[in-house]
Amino acid sequence: MTSAIELVNVTKVYRRYGGRQFSTLKSALLQRSILRDLRPSETFPALTDVTFSVPKGSTYGVIGKNGSGKSTALKLVAGITKPTSGTVRVVGRISALIELGAGFHPEISGRENVFINGIMLGLSKREIQERFDEIVDFAELQEFIDAPVKTYSSGMYMRLGFAVAIHVNPDVLLVDEVLAVGDEGFTHKCLDKFAEFRRRGKTILLVTHSLNLVERFCDEALWLDEGRGLSHGDPKRVVGAYLTKVEQGEAQLLAETTAKAVEEAGRDGPGRQEGRAGQVPQEGPEPQERPADPTSNMYQAVEGRWGSREVEITDVALLDASGQQSFVFHSGDRVSIRLKVRAAQPIDDFVFGIGLFNADGVCCYGTNTYLEEMDPEQLAGDAEAMFSIDSLDLIEGTYKLDVAVHKRDGYPYDYHRLLYTFRVKSRTHDVGIYRPRHQWSFSPHIRFTPRS
Amino acid sequence: MLANLASLVRYRGLIQSLVARELKARYRGSVLGFVWSFVNPLLLLLIYSFVFTTVMPNNVEGVQPYALFMFCGILPWNWFATSLSDAAGSLIGGGNLIKKVLFPAEVLPLVSVLTNMVHFFLGLPILILFLIIYRHPPDWWDLVWFPIVVLIQLVFTAGLALALAALAAHFRDIRDILANVLTLWFFATPIIYPWFQPNVQKFRTLFNVNLFTHLAVSYQEILFFNGPIGHWRWLLALGGYSIVQFLAAYWLFDRLRDSFAEVV
Repeated sequence: MTSAIELVNVTKVYRRYGGRQFSTLKSALLQRSILRDLRPSETFPALTDVTFSVPKGSTYGVIGKNGSGKSTALKLVAGITKPTSGTVRVVGRISALIELGAGFHPEISGRENVFINGIMLGLSKREIQERFDEIVDFAELQEFIDAPVKTYSSGMYMRLGFAVAIHVNPDVLLVDEVLAVGDEGFTHKCLDKFAEFRRRGKTILLVTHSLNLVERFCDEALWLDEGRGLSHGDPKRVVGAYLTKVEQGEAQLLAETTAKAVEEAGRDGPGRQEGRAGQVPQEGPEPQERPADPTSNMYQAVEGRWGSREVEITDVALLDASGQQSFVFHSGDRVSIRLKVRAAQPIDDFVFGIGLFNADGVCCYGTNTYLEEMDPEQLAGDAEAMFSIDSLDLIEGTYKLDVAVHKRDGYPYDYHRLLYTFRVKSRTHDVGIYRPRHQWSFSPHIRFTPRS
Repeated sequence: MLANLASLVRYRGLIQSLVARELKARYRGSVLGFVWSFVNPLLLLLIYSFVFTTVMPNNVEGVQPYALFMFCGILPWNWFATSLSDAAGSLIGGGNLIKKVLFPAEVLPLVSVLTNMVHFFLGLPILILFLIIYRHPPDWWDLVWFPIVVLIQLVFTAGLALALAALAAHFRDIRDILANVLTLWFFATPIIYPWFQPNVQKFRTLFNVNLFTHLAVSYQEILFFNGPIGHWRWLLALGGYSIVQFLAAYWLFDRLRDSFAEVV
């Protein structure tokens, strides 16, 4: 199969001009080197040695996090910028949906803008005339087409831009994250239009953050990371690899967040510890109950750490099924919370407590050893307590963790409030606070088609 | 470069519609609309008339009415000066097009020049009208030269506009420098004083180096003064130079073209 787009060893280096723009004309003239002086002192590689080809008639997705070079790749294909080295080859007429309505002039009417935008995109006046009604219908702007574009809402503006660009009838369509332009209905119309393009054997290059779209729509996908092609081929596989990397990144971030929270809570610990320990009993019965029942003040969810430290929680870790510390779990995973504690003196009154909070500060679950009818006998020296959840049946989201050791009457030894953050991932986008174990069953008259 | 230059012809539809757009957008929303294109030069002419006939009567021999004489030079100068300052900002203003759409950047400065040329043309009827009212009709045979001067000015301005646009994208200070240079240039050109004054003749070489002198003097000879065009040799030489300048400017523009998407 012949390829419609071909990039071979493409490298694109952007220049960093720094502060030079303000004072260089003089120096450039003095050194008689305007052209030479336009070379940068510092460079930034946006793409490094990227090679890929898109077969004619296929849909190709490019994914990657922000700043990974996706848009640069698209601009190179569109011919807006030139590669620093390597070759870019494109066969056929290109239409780039990079910035919709880029050439619109706010003062003149939608009608006039359609004509001028069409001419900019390479149509002749006659071609636009022929497609004009279709364009306006597609943009759903029949009533407003003679109003100046400056009076349009941003949705109207984008729809008109999209409608013109898509009616250029290109052989190669470049799409940069523009599907978020309209309401649900318009997005569907756009997707239908893309599907129609595919049927007619046009080539589509799609840059997007919607992994779903890539999996559903694309024949092949490329994952760019910091300007390098990390993986390409089957979209499902590429998206999978990308997600794994994203999770690692998230875990790293959560680890840093947690470390910072713990450090901050520890830093102002001593002073606060005294105050808190002394204050708690004076605040009346409610604060006294707080440590015993983590749900009671869930609306005052403020991070922090307090307590007398007669027993100190020295380390808190979330462990996955294999016993490795982790910050990202999948719904249904086995999770253990490990507390390392140290008691300066042997103590006979102690309760271990755990609380799980979601991002809204709602307590999803809270318990302690006393509630579960374990009467303390002795805690001495260094010890470890493990709280294991067979199946973490939480919905997708970010959660925070409370851990505490306190007396049965609530007097805190060491209370860690919302210091530990972890993330739960889920393929199902269900809602609520937790996910009960469940299954559906149906009588024979109800049937579903299995989704691929 | 030659291929790019040839493609300019292909863009004529685009240039045409962009010029039309600029003209439409310019007066959209104003009550008088296009009438402003006539009213603006008319008001300017009335002010000059008032100043030079009443406030500060100027009695230079053979240059009466003085306001009309100045007007013959000011109209083309306005075309020239506004074109250059518009062109210098054109790439920066059209940044969205250059960065986001595959768009021939050279179209933008040329549109600036052509849009202002249309304004120049719209001012001409006012000038002709007043020349007739003051019984100072131009020599009809001289008018044959008029399209030639306009064409030469067009090529001359377009070349400078291309070069300025390309450089201004990199060196933003050019726009401010240009504003000052244009003021100086205006007074250094025999527009508000006749070129045959003894004081001007003393520095003849200097004035000859100022290329706009030849355009201004040509306009004055064609439209205002009777008798044959004495300046045609200079004018044609300027025409030849303008073509070379345009090619050089286009070369420079072409060299810098790839950098525009990154710097504007």
